[in-house]
Order: sequence, then C-alpha cells, then structure tokens
Amino acid sequence: MSELFSLAGLSFLMIVGMTLGGAFIAVGARNIFHNVLGLALSLFGVAGIFLFLNSPFLAMMEILIYVGAICIAICFAIMLSEPLYRPRPPRKPIKLLGAGLGAGLVFVVLAALVKKTAWVPAAARSDDWSVATIGHYLLTKYALIFEAISLILLVAMLGAIVNAKNGRGREES
Amino acid sequence: MQFFLAEGARLGLGLIGVISLVAVNALFLIWMERKVSAHIQLRPGPMEVGFHGALQTIADALKLIGKELITPEDVDKLIYLLAPIVMFLPVLVSFLVIPFSPTLLIRDLNVGVLLIFAFSTLTVLAILMAGWASNNKYSLLGAIRSVAQNVAYEIPLLLTAMSIILMAGSFQPSVIVSQQAKVWNIFVQPLAFLLFIICGTAETNRAPFDIPEAESELVAGFHTEYSGMRFAIFFLAEYTNMFIVSAVATIFFLGGWHGPFLPPVVWFLLKVYALIFLMMWFRWTFPRLRFDQLITFAWKILIPLALLNLIVTAFVLKLVR
Repeated sequence: MSELFSLAGLSFLMIVGMTLGGAFIAVGARNIFHNVLGLALSLFGVAGIFLFLNSPFLAMMEILIYVGAICIAICFAIMLSEPLYRPRPPRKPIKLLGAGLGAGLVFVVLAALVKKTAWVPAAARSDDWSVATIGHYLLTKYALIFEAISLILLVAMLGAIVNAKNGRGREES
Repeated sequence: MQFFLAEGARLGLGLIGVISLVAVNALFLIWMERKVSAHIQLRPGPMEVGFHGALQTIADALKLIGKELITPEDVDKLIYLLAPIVMFLPVLVSFLVIPFSPTLLIRDLNVGVLLIFAFSTLTVLAILMAGWASNNKYSLLGAIRSVAQNVAYEIPLLLTAMSIILMAGSFQPSVIVSQQAKVWNIFVQPLAFLLFIICGTAETNRAPFDIPEAESELVAGFHTEYSGMRFAIFFLAEYTNMFIVSAVATIFFLGGWHGPFLPPVVWFLLKVYALIFLMMWFRWTFPRLRFDQLITFAWKILIPLALLNLIVTAFVLKLVR
C-alpha cells in the first residue's frame, strides 16, 4: 500500500484516473464532441501506462496515432454526420443493456485471460527491446499478424474509395 | 532526498528557462514580423516605443493583460476555457528535448523527435476545441479548415522526417545533430528540406497556408471569440510553434549547433532565426491559397514526392551500407 503513496505511485493513480475518467466521458457524455475529447483523454492515459511499462516508443506512438490521428479522424466523421444542435433522442434501455453486456463480456474474457496467463517479466525474456528488434519480429515471427492488419487497412481504403466514388453533389443527377 | 532536490532544481530551472525563452521569443518575433513586413512593403513599421519600436510588443502585451476576459454566452464553457491551455501545453513539452548545444538541453530522450511530433498533434485538437466551443460559425469554419489542412500536411511532414531518421538511425535529436558534423543533411536531402519547410509552414498555419484564420473571410478564424490574455496565449503558441518547427528543421537539416568560431548555442539560434525569417518572407510574398488548391497540393504533389524521397533514401542507404 505504501508504494501507492510514493511519487511514482501517485502519478500512476493519476494516469489510471485519466484513463478511466476519459473512458467514462467517452461513453457517457451526451454531446458527441465531448465523447471524442474524453476518448482522447483516455488514450493519453493509456500512453502514460506505456511509459510506466518502460516503453516510451509505444507511448509516443499511442499519442501520435491514436490521439493525433484517430481522434481527429473521428472529428471528421462528426462533421459529416448530422448537425449537433438538433435535440438527441433519449437513450433506449435495451440498447444500454446490450452495450453493457457486450462490453462486460469482453472485459470478463480479457480478465480471465490475464489471470490465466503466466506473465514473464520482459527483462527475464530478453534484454533487447529496441525498435530494431520490434521491427525484426514484426517481419519474421509475427508477419501473419502484420499482414492481417494491413489487410484491414486495405479494406478500409477500398471502402473509402467506394464511398467517395460518386463525388460531392453528383448524387442529385 | 538529495536526488529529489537535484531533480527538482533541474526541472524548476528548466521550466523557468523555457517559459522565459517562450515569452521573450514571442515578444521579439512579433516585433520582427512587423518590421520585416514593413520593410518588404517599403514602410518603416513601429518606430515610437523604444529604439525603432523595439518595446512596441511589450506595450501591446501590457494592453492585452489589462483587457477584460469576455466569455460569450452559449459557449461550451469548460472546453472554451481549456482550449488555450491545450494549445500551450505541447509547446512547453517540445522544449524538453530540443538540443540548443551539446550540453544545453533539459532531457536527451531517445524518442525525442517523436515526442515533438506526437505532442504537436495536440495543437489541432486545441484549435478544434476552440472553434467548436466558441459557438460561432466563423470559428467553427476556421477549425474545420485547420483540421483538414493539418491532417493533410502532417503526412508529408512525417514522411520527410522518416527519411532523415532512416539516415541517422535514431530518434534522438542529439544523435541526429552530431552525425552532421561534416556534411549538413540539407546538401544530402535538398528535396526533403524543401518539403519539410513547406509542410512546417502549413502546420504552423502561416501564410500562404493561413486559411484557418483567413481574416478576409473568417474574421479571425478559430480564435474570433477569444479576448485579452486568452487570445494572447493563442498568439504566443503560434509564434512559439514557429520557433519549434524551425528548431526541428535546424536539427534535421542545418546541422544543429555545428559551426565554426562562435559558441554552439549562438549557431543554433542563428540558424533557427534565419529559418523564421524565411517563413516571414513567405508570408509577405505569397498570396493566400484557396482551400481546395491547398488540399490538392498536399495530397497530389507533396505526399507522392515525400514517399518517393523516402523510398529513394531507403534504397541508397541499403546500397551504401
């Protein structure tokens, strides 16, 4: 318990608070712009957790890609969606229940997995965790995962092209 | 205890140094911009307060401090107040890793360059917050333009940065600088330098890329509704961003602190201010682009060129090594 009251412990609590608080805003707020800002705050907290795990590269990537690119992309989507000043319909309890159950199920499965896995500290497995090593692993041992991710990106790009194919204003004709 | 005292002193001194640098730099740059623009347009510029108007911005700053902070009705209050802070935060963080000389730097992180790029994306979020929370159509339009522009220009910026990082094999600013002791990167990568300066000018929302705050169309863009010191903070952040972009360009292409005779810090600052002068020169030479021209330029010209540059760099490096 005393560990939590050291400088590192306090900043860890702050980061966890940021992550969870941001997540609650992201899910709970009724204004869609507040949701995005909450998501950004939460992802910032996740970057902090990466820092705590002694992985500054991943922390910076988290901020650069998730806060910098994904949240901004979501803002783009908001601009394309319906106007914000319109009154929003109240939430349906069925939908809330479904979302809660779905998220709860994912949480339970993940928690069980975390509990079941015998975690080996990174230092005990290898002492070389440089970016070069990560890159090497991505192109050899984890090539399948890498390719699967690129396939998802390809599908997303194709979808964007299909959506944009007709261009703006040509729909009426 | 000793450790905490030493680290505390280091952090405190660093913070005081950075904040003084930010303030003095902004005061100087605003005066410099007025003088440069004046001389380009064949007029003298501010002349009354101090020697050749040198104290003019201090007088302006005092006026801004004395002004009332107006919060318009129907703004999204929390976000409206947070936006200037979010705008200023990444500016302060970036100074953490800029190496002014081999010894004068606060932290020599091995992800230093990434840190600057990562936190500079927050600026877009701050502009969006300011524009959206203001509840004003001009603000919102400025913010939307800013987001589209920054997203488009960030891609070639990061791609050109990647080609430099590939050459250096490191994200650490001091390593990138010390590898340019003999030949500056600008002679090896002239195209990358050109792309970087164009994208840097666009990222700082400066003319000819200043459509987020185009005064002839949008009043003052995303900061229309801000007054007094809140407006001043946006201004401060803009001029400090110019300094940071120029500092990164100096680290990447102009050999950082390297140079004969003069001390390293002087060389570094000289190069940075020369680049800032270049950006001011752009502003008073080129007309503002139309929005669609601006976006087309980024996606159809800059990004293919940056990709080509990266691929050629990778090939040449593979052949040489």
